[in-house]
Amino acid sequence: MLALGQDEIAKYPFLADAGQYLKDQGFSLEQFGTDPDLKDLIKKAYQRILVAADGKIYKSDLDGDHVSKEAALPREVFSFLLAIVLLKLSGMHTLIKRFALAEARRAEKYLEKDLANISDESKNQLAIRVIDDLFSVQVEKSDGYFVIPVSDYLKHSINFHEREWKLINRHVENGQVFLSPHETVRLIRKELGTYINSKIINAKTPTMIPGFEDSVNKLVLLSKKFVTYTVTTGEYPPCIKHAIEILEKGENLPHSGRFMLASFLLSKGQTVQQVAPLFKNAPDYNERVTLYQLNHLAGTSGSGTQYSCPSCEKLKTQSLCFATSECDNIINPLQFGRKKK
Amino acid sequence: MQEADILFLEDSFKKYYFNHFDQIKVPERTSEREFGYQKFNSGMTRHISLKDDKELHLLLMQNIPSDVYCSNACYTFPNLPMNEKDWKEADLIFDIDAKDLNLSCRENHTVSICNDCNEVSKNLTQCSKCNSTKLEKKSLPCKNCIDASKIEVEKLSEVLINDLAITRENIQVYFSGNEGFHVYVYNSQFQEIGSRERSELTDYISLRGAIPETFGMKKFKQDRASFPDFNENGWRGRFSKYVFGSKSKRSKIITELLANGYSSFQKTLDNASENIGVKIDPNVTIDIHRIFRLPGSINSKSGLTKTHCDDLTNFDPYVEASFLSDDTVEVFANSPIEFKLKNKKFGPYLNEKVTVPTFAAVYMICKKLARIA
Repeated sequence: MLALGQDEIAKYPFLADAGQYLKDQGFSLEQFGTDPDLKDLIKKAYQRILVAADGKIYKSDLDGDHVSKEAALPREVFSFLLAIVLLKLSGMHTLIKRFALAEARRAEKYLEKDLANISDESKNQLAIRVIDDLFSVQVEKSDGYFVIPVSDYLKHSINFHEREWKLINRHVENGQVFLSPHETVRLIRKELGTYINSKIINAKTPTMIPGFEDSVNKLVLLSKKFVTYTVTTGEYPPCIKHAIEILEKGENLPHSGRFMLASFLLSKGQTVQQVAPLFKNAPDYNERVTLYQLNHLAGTSGSGTQYSCPSCEKLKTQSLCFATSECDNIINPLQFGRKKK
Repeated sequence: MQEADILFLEDSFKKYYFNHFDQIKVPERTSEREFGYQKFNSGMTRHISLKDDKELHLLLMQNIPSDVYCSNACYTFPNLPMNEKDWKEADLIFDIDAKDLNLSCRENHTVSICNDCNEVSKNLTQCSKCNSTKLEKKSLPCKNCIDASKIEVEKLSEVLINDLAITRENIQVYFSGNEGFHVYVYNSQFQEIGSRERSELTDYISLRGAIPETFGMKKFKQDRASFPDFNENGWRGRFSKYVFGSKSKRSKIITELLANGYSSFQKTLDNASENIGVKIDPNVTIDIHRIFRLPGSINSKSGLTKTHCDDLTNFDPYVEASFLSDDTVEVFANSPIEFKLKNKKFGPYLNEKVTVPTFAAVYMICKKLARIA
């Protein structure tokens, strides 16, 4: 693990060992519930979650000037650690997810600043090491750019659906991708969120601490706001309609298209017997082979794995995507027509 | 396929595997690969693991497969079911096939065989005898097909070497045995990447999914200086050569592009993708559990061998990949298209009994255009 200074822990509090940190500072959790001087920090922690739940980034005292920096640093770390305690006590996973994401975005800002800091080489190196240690991305500096191997880039960029993250829209040279500090940090956002999320999920849940109840109850109420319902129109997406049309015309649908169609319909709850007749018109139709393959997809034969419908991204690569505006930026055909209410 | 044809093909293939086993290149880390094979008129047998080339030789002689495959992946347990194999890594593979290149020569040398009445005809939409639309298409690829495929291989190598830092020694090119080429990349940084990453790599190589901004065209605040230059590396450089043609025209064409606007530029990009993108079959590269035709084995779609190309430019598959015997055999041939093998011309044959060398008979029988008399 990295050796961190006070201000680094304040910027990246998730890197600290929580229990150890409290001990080093000479505090116990119970004290925060009772000590009138410390009680404020629970409010601060609650605020920190509230801001995150709202989809915003917690504005740190580190940027402000009303508290001396010396005192602000431990307060920053405490409010983070206490927020985790509150979240664990509330047991609300939706809030934990939102909090982790917001904290990731906050850390992202500092990482970016540190990466771009040309006057302080040590800050620079720290950011590079955080990225390497946590996410195994080897970043090298080259003329103001941050350069990473194409294979490392791909492992992270496949989580993005925006076209500008596609490798084709990147500066690629000599097996490496050239990124700005902003892009470098953006690349690991999701993993940073996942990392913080898993740290919280894996933390031990303490028993209720006197003085914490109020905030915990408020969090439970707050999380109810985020329950959503979805309804589906039941209409097929254009890629599936297109595949069915091809088959109806008796034209050849490539193997990948048949895979898409069958896995889609099976996922929607149709049976192998319902799906099989669709392929009757295929130029090379063979009932035995069709049933064998459908059973394989459905997981009723072979390895027992049920295959899921390929993502829109994959279908684009295979020239099977015929997106319309109704697709509404879904990432898998199975989501077509689903509306949040 | 009828019994006599199968016996004849098996006999010819067996002789090949007996006499030309040296052609077969067993991949490195043999015991970590999955092997599979097909026999004529039968399904696939896979999940086989082999220790070395001796075991492979035995398998070939005992089973006389129509086609032999080997995984590009390495596994801890190659013979277990797929989800228990424990995937370790996979060589990067590419398939370039003449049938995907939209070549104008195709219709001159493609025939259809009716699945209902077996009629062979040059009508590719409907059987000329029974009007059925269940047609199987067979192509006898010409020199143009092979030359166009070679150009794609060259384009692919250029991207691999210049953009992705693959060394030339780690790129191996094989004639697929039928209508194209298989390209293997060894020891690269991509050995361990998964299927979704390979899909992105595929899009990069095919110049697919590019946005105008990448090539200098912005929606707002347009800027001449952001357009690519001739000497730039990667796709920006190749795009600029394609669109500008020459350095002297660059300025004038940028003015035109700016005047035509953003959405027109997207069309220019789609055109570029069609013309300078490398035409690889994405499904092959994306699949990290594939068993891929074994180098040196016979392709039962043609009877030709999947052959290593030392000198791609001068490689002639119809001479260098045809290893079967010259012994003559009598067949009923119905091949409306002429073809050339081992520098000899054959056909066209219109439902006639002819005596031809084994290699030509095998070629036609594999294409379903002849049967043993």
